[in-house]
Amino acid sequence: MQLTVWTYEGPPHVGAMRVATGMRDLHYVLHAPQGDTYADLLFTMIERRDHRPPVTYTTFQARDLGKDTAELFKKAARDAYDRFQPQAMIVGSSCTAELIQDDPHGLSLTMGLDCPVIPLELPSYSRKENWGASETFYQIVRALADKERKPPPAVGENGPRRPRANLLGPTALGFRHRDDITEITRLLADLGIDVNLVAPMGASPADIVRIGEADFNICLYPEIAAQACSWLERTFRQKTVKTVPIGLNATREFVAEVCAVAGIPVPADLDQGRMGWWSRSIDSTYLTGKRVFIFGDATHAVAAARVASEELGFKVVGLGCYNREFARELRAAAEKYGVEPLISDDYLAVEEAIEAAAPELVLGTQMERHIAKRLRLPCAVISAPVHVQDFPARHSPQMGFEGANVLFDTWVHPLVMGLEEHLLTMFREDFEFSDAAGPSHLGHASSAPAAHGAPAAEQPAGDVATIAAPAPASDEGGWTAEALAELGKIPFFVRGKARRNTEKYAAEHGVITITRETLYEAKSHYAR
Amino acid sequence: MSEAGPIPGCDAPPVGVDGILRERGQREVFCGLTGIIWLHRKIQDAFFLVVGSRTCAHLLQSAAGVMVFAEPRFGTAIIEEKDLAGLADANEELDRVVNRLLARRPDIKLLFLVGSCPSEVIKLDLSRAAQRLNGRFSPNVRVLNYSGSGIETTFTQGEDACLSALVPDLAFTDEEQLMIVGSLPDIVEDQLTRLLGDLGIAKVVSLPARKAGQMPGVGPNTRYLLAQPFLAETGTALDKRGAVHLPALFPFGAEGTTAWLHAAAQAFGVPEARFEQVIAGPRERARKGLALYRENLAGKRIFFMPDSQLEVPLARFLAGELGMELVEVGTPYLHKGHLIDELAALPPGTMISEGQDVDKQLDRVRAARPDLTVCGLGLANPLEKEGLSTKWAIELVFSPIHGYEQAGDLAELFARPLHRRDLLRV
Repeated sequence: MQLTVWTYEGPPHVGAMRVATGMRDLHYVLHAPQGDTYADLLFTMIERRDHRPPVTYTTFQARDLGKDTAELFKKAARDAYDRFQPQAMIVGSSCTAELIQDDPHGLSLTMGLDCPVIPLELPSYSRKENWGASETFYQIVRALADKERKPPPAVGENGPRRPRANLLGPTALGFRHRDDITEITRLLADLGIDVNLVAPMGASPADIVRIGEADFNICLYPEIAAQACSWLERTFRQKTVKTVPIGLNATREFVAEVCAVAGIPVPADLDQGRMGWWSRSIDSTYLTGKRVFIFGDATHAVAAARVASEELGFKVVGLGCYNREFARELRAAAEKYGVEPLISDDYLAVEEAIEAAAPELVLGTQMERHIAKRLRLPCAVISAPVHVQDFPARHSPQMGFEGANVLFDTWVHPLVMGLEEHLLTMFREDFEFSDAAGPSHLGHASSAPAAHGAPAAEQPAGDVATIAAPAPASDEGGWTAEALAELGKIPFFVRGKARRNTEKYAAEHGVITITRETLYEAKSHYAR
Repeated sequence: MSEAGPIPGCDAPPVGVDGILRERGQREVFCGLTGIIWLHRKIQDAFFLVVGSRTCAHLLQSAAGVMVFAEPRFGTAIIEEKDLAGLADANEELDRVVNRLLARRPDIKLLFLVGSCPSEVIKLDLSRAAQRLNGRFSPNVRVLNYSGSGIETTFTQGEDACLSALVPDLAFTDEEQLMIVGSLPDIVEDQLTRLLGDLGIAKVVSLPARKAGQMPGVGPNTRYLLAQPFLAETGTALDKRGAVHLPALFPFGAEGTTAWLHAAAQAFGVPEARFEQVIAGPRERARKGLALYRENLAGKRIFFMPDSQLEVPLARFLAGELGMELVEVGTPYLHKGHLIDELAALPPGTMISEGQDVDKQLDRVRAARPDLTVCGLGLANPLEKEGLSTKWAIELVFSPIHGYEQAGDLAELFARPLHRRDLLRV
């Protein structure tokens, strides 16, 4: 058993729901107890969908268990088919139904429904949401793709035709999937490439049938589409574009890879957005070497690390992901930046790692946003799971050149503005500029001391003068008031580390009262 | 009012001899685990440990929203594949998880092991686990268990299961006292307790109390008022301890609150004159508060989808005090004993449904096109898109809505969606 308060991923059947809800004219019959319908509200509330997810639950109750839950399943499947008339159905079990071992596949076969029925085996006690989405999409493609379909001849009556691609991976409840599709479709159009199919998002089962008519596949979200892409590669000889176009350089590489696969030259006059110039402009100099901690799904985390280090000049001080299926990719990236990879779905481990790394910026999920708030660190969201505010009304892609513009704005915004930072350093002793007061654009709320563990909590907000003034020896862990005041002068993002190091040094060297001297002794000790 | 005759496109609803429609089919409801979200706020030193699957953990975080991060006092021991291999192993694992948890949270005085669908289906015996753990952690921590599984409980029934697990554990007292049963927001609990005190009832206690160590005693001289309509099992458990139920309307609106207080006043021999004197002021305030909304709500047609068992008393309040018309009052479960006064106070011929077949019920909503539909979050936005105004039901469980001072606020919850609909030009 694993003690959990927060889970980065839902159970695998929620992954299957994300595929089904993204698609059209597909229906999911889920053998599940009463209560599992809670998952509907993820789609209707967080993603603000205006239709119910196309999912019928059997919602069995305790009194049904002694009787025939299999009959209940058959009735639900029959009613769902009659009511919704889908082009295809997927059927499967949630965690509880997995235990009672009815066989949704066998049952639906005997019913003779007039549409393809695709069975899903989603092991709830060992796998999670992303895996469920990937497996569901793979099974749908495998079951429905017509192997006779081929791309039309390269040259027709009207001359050579444009290359065509499938965009694979976007689902319902995906982080910025909606806008990424728009952005990549536009980018491909600029390159002279048509989109044969976007799937699962927006596709019907009939669309999946003609998946073989594309020249190649673009695997936008490997977590969801890599498995299907590799099957398509084997079955249809379609090549897969594997570069994930998040960030300026990755998008350039993506364009190069797409053009190579499509057999067309890379256009010289492609609009590459503003991010490059924004980052080179002197206003951004203060971003150099900013310590950033990155956590999310592996794809977004690895992409973010590259943007952070190459395109914004940050220093990556931590890199991790919660989906172990892509641990290898993440480890490779972590090695590149010389950091220890963190592969964990335990948010407490992530919190510890962030505290230890003492970053100036955290890039992560909804969860890291809360951790950062607690530690009073600036933070931006780069990956699911996310809350309702990260399904924005405005166009807000992560991918492509416009995506790079969005990343620049989103990541730089939470940081203390450059000039403000200098003022904070120069006028540290001045109450109005004390860093305990926090960046002005984050409002006064940011000046409240965090619950615990926050470096700034050591120095009460707006109380700098008191600390700077001579005071009797503090009883705070043996620190003299003088030493505490000196500690207060250390930039807040390394202050926690300085405090820990000093206390460790004091403990190791039998120093009982920590003075200003001890602070600098420790500094020189650990500098070696 | 109730639909006359079958609705086009639906089978004729199977109305029973008592005039109540009972349906079986897909249910769009929360399971009882959801009760943890408000119960853990109420009992300040209790921890709720769900023994379940990743689905359970995901449900709690989806329902709790941002609350998940404020050092919550609930969590899930997620059953893994290796736990399913052998049950003995699962017990050892549970002990390990609880040890770790209690070591990390020494402030916890009451630990609930909460059963889920997976733990019930594999028949993991949580009551024995609770006994075993009690042996180890007593007297510092009391360990109790109840089931919040979806196969056994619907939404607010989770609170019923939790409180009924508390009852056998309450100390015996033969002191004469009045017990308010059902978790209420602190401010509401204080208001109602104050009013009952003003009536001259010497001792008023609440179940649950705000701290594990302060749970009230119970005995033959305890009379209890239910503050919530979903406490069937808790009522039975209290009856077994000799406590006496005071039947009443539930304290929603000016009339509901008056009737509820009156039941206590009569049982404790409070003179009518004194009763009138105590409640006259607050009742007048409540009526004034309601008058503001009556104009907007009178004559509007409302449809309740089943959710919390609050539907019948709320429908009674909306029809009786605000003049709304009831199209259908759906409830997940109807406890006729506790709701006897409520049912009698509904307009004659009101269509009541128990249970659900969600697609058929939605057909009825669409056919009736009510002015307002009270429903869950999975249905609200889709119905809004169809041009049907909705009031999402969970807010009625989380918001302070009981008593005189909240009567206006309660009406406002129903008036707001209609007001917004009239306001918007988008």
